[in-house]
Amino acid sequence: MAQMTMVQAITDALRTELKKDENVLVFGEDVGQNGGVFRVTEGLQDEFGEDRVFDTPLAESGIGGLSLGLALQGFRPVPEIQFFGFVYEAMDAISGQIARTRYRSGGAHTAPVTIRSPFGGGVHTPELHADSLEGLIAQQPGIKVVIPSTPHDAKGLLIASIRDNDPVLFLEHLKLYRSFREEVSEEEYTIELGKADVKREGKDVTIISYGAMVHASLKAAEELEKNNIDAEVIDLRTVSPIDIDTIIESVQKTNRVVFVQEAQRQAGIASHVISEIQERAILHLEAPILRVAAPDTVYAFPQAEDLWLPDHKDIVEKVNQVINF
Amino acid sequence: MKHVLDSVESQFEMFQILNEDGKIVNKDAMPDLSDDDLKELMRRMVYTRILDQRSIALNRQGRLGFYAPTAGQEASQLGSQFALEKEDFILPGYRDVPQLVWHGLPLYQAFLFSRGHFHGNQMPEGLNAMSPQIIIGAQYTQTAGVALGMKKRGKKSVAVTYTGDGGTSQGDFYEGINFAGAYGAPAIFFVQNNYFAISVPVEKQTAAKTLAQKSVAAGIEGIQVDGMDVLAVYAATKDARDRAVEGAGPTLIETLTYRYGPHTMAGDDPTRYRTDDLDNEWEKKDPIIRFRKFLESKKLWSEEEENKVIEEAKDEIKKAIKKADEYPKQKVTDLISNMFEELPKNLQEQMEEYKEKESK
Ligand SMILES: Cc1ncc(C[n+]2csc(CCOP(=O)(O)OP(=O)(O)O)c2C)c(N)n1
Ligand SMILES: [Mg+2]
Repeated sequence: MAQMTMVQAITDALRTELKKDENVLVFGEDVGQNGGVFRVTEGLQDEFGEDRVFDTPLAESGIGGLSLGLALQGFRPVPEIQFFGFVYEAMDAISGQIARTRYRSGGAHTAPVTIRSPFGGGVHTPELHADSLEGLIAQQPGIKVVIPSTPHDAKGLLIASIRDNDPVLFLEHLKLYRSFREEVSEEEYTIELGKADVKREGKDVTIISYGAMVHASLKAAEELEKNNIDAEVIDLRTVSPIDIDTIIESVQKTNRVVFVQEAQRQAGIASHVISEIQERAILHLEAPILRVAAPDTVYAFPQAEDLWLPDHKDIVEKVNQVINF
Repeated sequence: MKHVLDSVESQFEMFQILNEDGKIVNKDAMPDLSDDDLKELMRRMVYTRILDQRSIALNRQGRLGFYAPTAGQEASQLGSQFALEKEDFILPGYRDVPQLVWHGLPLYQAFLFSRGHFHGNQMPEGLNAMSPQIIIGAQYTQTAGVALGMKKRGKKSVAVTYTGDGGTSQGDFYEGINFAGAYGAPAIFFVQNNYFAISVPVEKQTAAKTLAQKSVAAGIEGIQVDGMDVLAVYAATKDARDRAVEGAGPTLIETLTYRYGPHTMAGDDPTRYRTDDLDNEWEKKDPIIRFRKFLESKKLWSEEEENKVIEEAKDEIKKAIKKADEYPKQKVTDLISNMFEELPKNLQEQMEEYKEKESK
């Protein structure tokens, strides 16, 4: 066991897979000698050579198409999109092509591509660097969307993503990269995709979240405990597909739900999960399901970012509303 | 089989007027600039170097926010802008704030752009420009549109855009020059080749020996220019502009230059991908040093004059920062009201919610 930040845990997962499977290739803008702009691929080119870990020309659409092409040659590409706000450049490659390859070819071709990309707010980046765009890809059938909230989860989920024979989008929240360390096994391990994790058990209300908002939810749960409200916190970990079983089990116990996402309120993961819950468990609910989300503007200009992003106080407020309904 | 690549590539020789020692090496190409114009070019380069130094210092004090250093690229940036007219429309990238400033963007707004305040992007009336583009390449296709629009309106102006060596790998780059070529639109496409895209050297970006030669496939004019030579950059831009307004179509201009500083101030460490030797080699080509030598030889410039410009720059920067500090802080309700001409129901509700939050 070692203490690792999320960056280190992800590097460790990449190293594990580069070692284990010679078909794994890591590439993207600045991922080679520079080790990526966040140093996630630090040292990997030195260790595995430029054949396996390499810089690409500056073109996200090219990176996407290259990934599918390499997959067709039997490789297991792990491309990086330097910031997920640049995904619009690669939308056709990801949603129009990679996600549809198995389906289109009747299984004759597959695209075991794992697209890694940092995203998420709170670090005052310029425009189109922090947006929560997971909903865009979650709406595309044929690709899984994974978002870890801890270093331990990041390693196990990334290894599972790379080994998965279908495409996976693996989103890494900027704010979590170095905000804390935890024990991470140096052994290889996987965490099943599509499985949520109960990060805190409770009986009065279920807070469902993912990414950095898991930590805001846990902080809210601590506050609520002072008022004798015992909150359960579920970390989705995979936002497409959704682990509905874990959610329903919790709802049946607590009968109250608040969904927390950093993304804007309109459409998105919250809307999807909430409709699944009401279809399956409406008679277990004692109150409407409430949402904590960012307002429906384009991602905030940095100067107003802190006010714009949801925080634990917003969560406490919504939980109090569902408890006192 | 006829193989043409070598012969095409060899056509793209670097165009230079003023060499590293400040000597004119291409007299015939010397642009028609008055002594006052020459001094003004120098003034702008010195001023902009100070602006860069102050911006870096302010960033380090946590008082600026996003900033992409410009030192080394003054001749490319200001020599090109100097050849433009007020009615020309600039579509800059994130490193091209100086061109905007000299095209008419008040300094305090440039600082607000860095600080992530939308007023930094609100171009004042009469300033023909977009705010700096963050998505690499996007400005190239838009430039084809602005230029085509000018042509349709019968205007005698040009659309001018900038990207870097890395930017020439984007699909948008090829699409932009191709569209403008197809429409014969009055556009000038700049590539400031500073040899690195963050850490990636230009040799890894493309197999092409020059970036200017990419013009050939689009069927437009292309030229490679010494980007540390303000006279060459000015002359090439002036020529491209003259031809564009006469209806001769777009030009791709590659300027060979160097950024002395880090990619941006957000944690880039150039020692990971560049050597001191390379840095030193380029600093010898410095655009300000060589132009100063040239002006001094013509008795047009003195240390006192330069010091005066430096003091003037520092003073104006100080005032602009103060003005930026005093500008009303941006609130979430401001963001909401920027979304649509008429707010839909969801945003009307959120407006009320945030008004209440902000009043607490
Ligand atoms: C579409 C897109 N992809 C990636 C980036 C991240 N990025 C910002 S600057 C940069 C390198 C650009 O290099 P170059 O075009 O040579 O311009 P320079 O910064 O050297 O002026 C990269 C990869 C971005 N802003 N937009
Ligand atoms: Mg460059």
